[in-house]
Amino acid sequence: MIDTLLSIYQSWPEWFQFLSFTVVKILAIVVPISLGVAYLTLAERKVIGFVQVRIGPNRVGPRGLLQPIADAVKLMFKEIIIPTGANRYLFLLAPVLTLGPALVAWAVVPFTDSMVLSNIDASLLFILAITSLGVYGVIIAGWASNSKYAFLGALRSSAQIVSYEIAMGFALVCVLMAAGSLNLVEIVEAQQGSVLHWFWIPLLPMFVVYFLSGLAETNRAPFDVAEGESEIVAGFHVEYSGMAFSIFFLAEYANMMLISLLTALMFLGGWLSPFEWILSDELLNGSGVVSLLLGDGIHWLLLKTCFFLFLFLWFRATFPRYRYDQIMRLGWKVFIPITIVWILVLGGLILAGVPPWFDAA
Amino acid sequence: MKSMLRIFNSLFLWELLKGLKLTGRYLFKRKFTVQYPEEKAPMSPRFRGLHALRRYPNGEERCIACKLCEAVCPALAITIDSEEREDGTRRTTQYDIDLSKCIFCGLCEESCPVDSIVETRIYEYHAEERGDLLYTKEQLLAIGDKHEKQIAEDRAQQAPYR
Repeated sequence: MIDTLLSIYQSWPEWFQFLSFTVVKILAIVVPISLGVAYLTLAERKVIGFVQVRIGPNRVGPRGLLQPIADAVKLMFKEIIIPTGANRYLFLLAPVLTLGPALVAWAVVPFTDSMVLSNIDASLLFILAITSLGVYGVIIAGWASNSKYAFLGALRSSAQIVSYEIAMGFALVCVLMAAGSLNLVEIVEAQQGSVLHWFWIPLLPMFVVYFLSGLAETNRAPFDVAEGESEIVAGFHVEYSGMAFSIFFLAEYANMMLISLLTALMFLGGWLSPFEWILSDELLNGSGVVSLLLGDGIHWLLLKTCFFLFLFLWFRATFPRYRYDQIMRLGWKVFIPITIVWILVLGGLILAGVPPWFDAA
Repeated sequence: MKSMLRIFNSLFLWELLKGLKLTGRYLFKRKFTVQYPEEKAPMSPRFRGLHALRRYPNGEERCIACKLCEAVCPALAITIDSEEREDGTRRTTQYDIDLSKCIFCGLCEESCPVDSIVETRIYEYHAEERGDLLYTKEQLLAIGDKHEKQIAEDRAQQAPYR
């Protein structure tokens, strides 16, 4: 069976081999993301339910595990209503423009040192550029809907994303200063050593700023003024229904996962095992199940990502929405000064070669 | 000094962490959810659910057609017609309760001098058409016959407070 498949594969021309292999790799990333998004919605409802002393959805399937499937099927069969005053093409283009960047950014995300779709040199820059594009989908959705609520939501969201982009960019500057590279694989490898070598200690303020800016970038609570239910109904996606609406949802949750993954990669050592330096070398790098579990690997990255995703949900269950002017104040008058100061401090630390992070170079 | 402390607190997100701690504790608390079809919330003997007409133990219906319930009903949901029976007593020929009007205030039950019209613990009933919510005398008597034991028990429990 495998032999015949392999021979078929080898009979193809080389460009087609490359193309099909890449497509398979893309599917291997996109399908788990879609599933992850589906189950993240369930996890969100469960976590928020638990915090509110309820038990959350538990009717569809065992312990409610099929709930996201039921939701997806429901959304698929719903009608996509296009308002009369709306601009048809922009209206339908907007969800695509939101989802596109949310998925494209995953192309350069490394899952382990070898598991990466395209290991480009400036992957951090690429991610910064691509995630910024997501705001266009929101703006266009708000504009094309021809509705004041959608328009207000889009305005709020774009202003918010633009302001937090700066703080986020400065936080990333700190990371690349510390790692001396823009390549995500090298950034993770620069954190090798032990839990204390990870960048979360020297970059602790940046770690917090990056994650909170990530919350603001993805329009999640407590920065969700863009869709603030109590003020502007649903913000930029009021007029959307059915699949078009669910694509916005998909993009939002894919972005949440991306931000969590990037935070894990840049500040918590990505796929590096937390037992490095604590446990012996042969236990970590030997062969066998134990070292497979305790040593470096994708499971550590996923675990760290899940931790941040849980933080996303926990924050949403805890904090009330920021007022709009408070969001702006936090972004411009708190985060940006902190990041600029920390860039200077970090420069000093690197110049002084403070161990254990910066003594190598 | 005070403003320094405030800046320190807000810079290190102290209040936010306290909030997270609180919700984090609730995450592990016992959940209050009652899983309805399998579990049901406890119910008071004074519960005001679906109506019923009762009978005396000898099988005679209690209602004497005094029409106090009809008069007191704030939603005008009760319609009563009465006639003299062969044995000379006054009885209802028609006793309708329109449940789509009823607000379940319990005034009919309170006004009844012979404890005939009562509200039971039944709340799981439905209708497929509007007309199905118009309960006639026969239906109400049937409900009373079926649940007499529970009804009598609840009345006995409340008796000291009435």
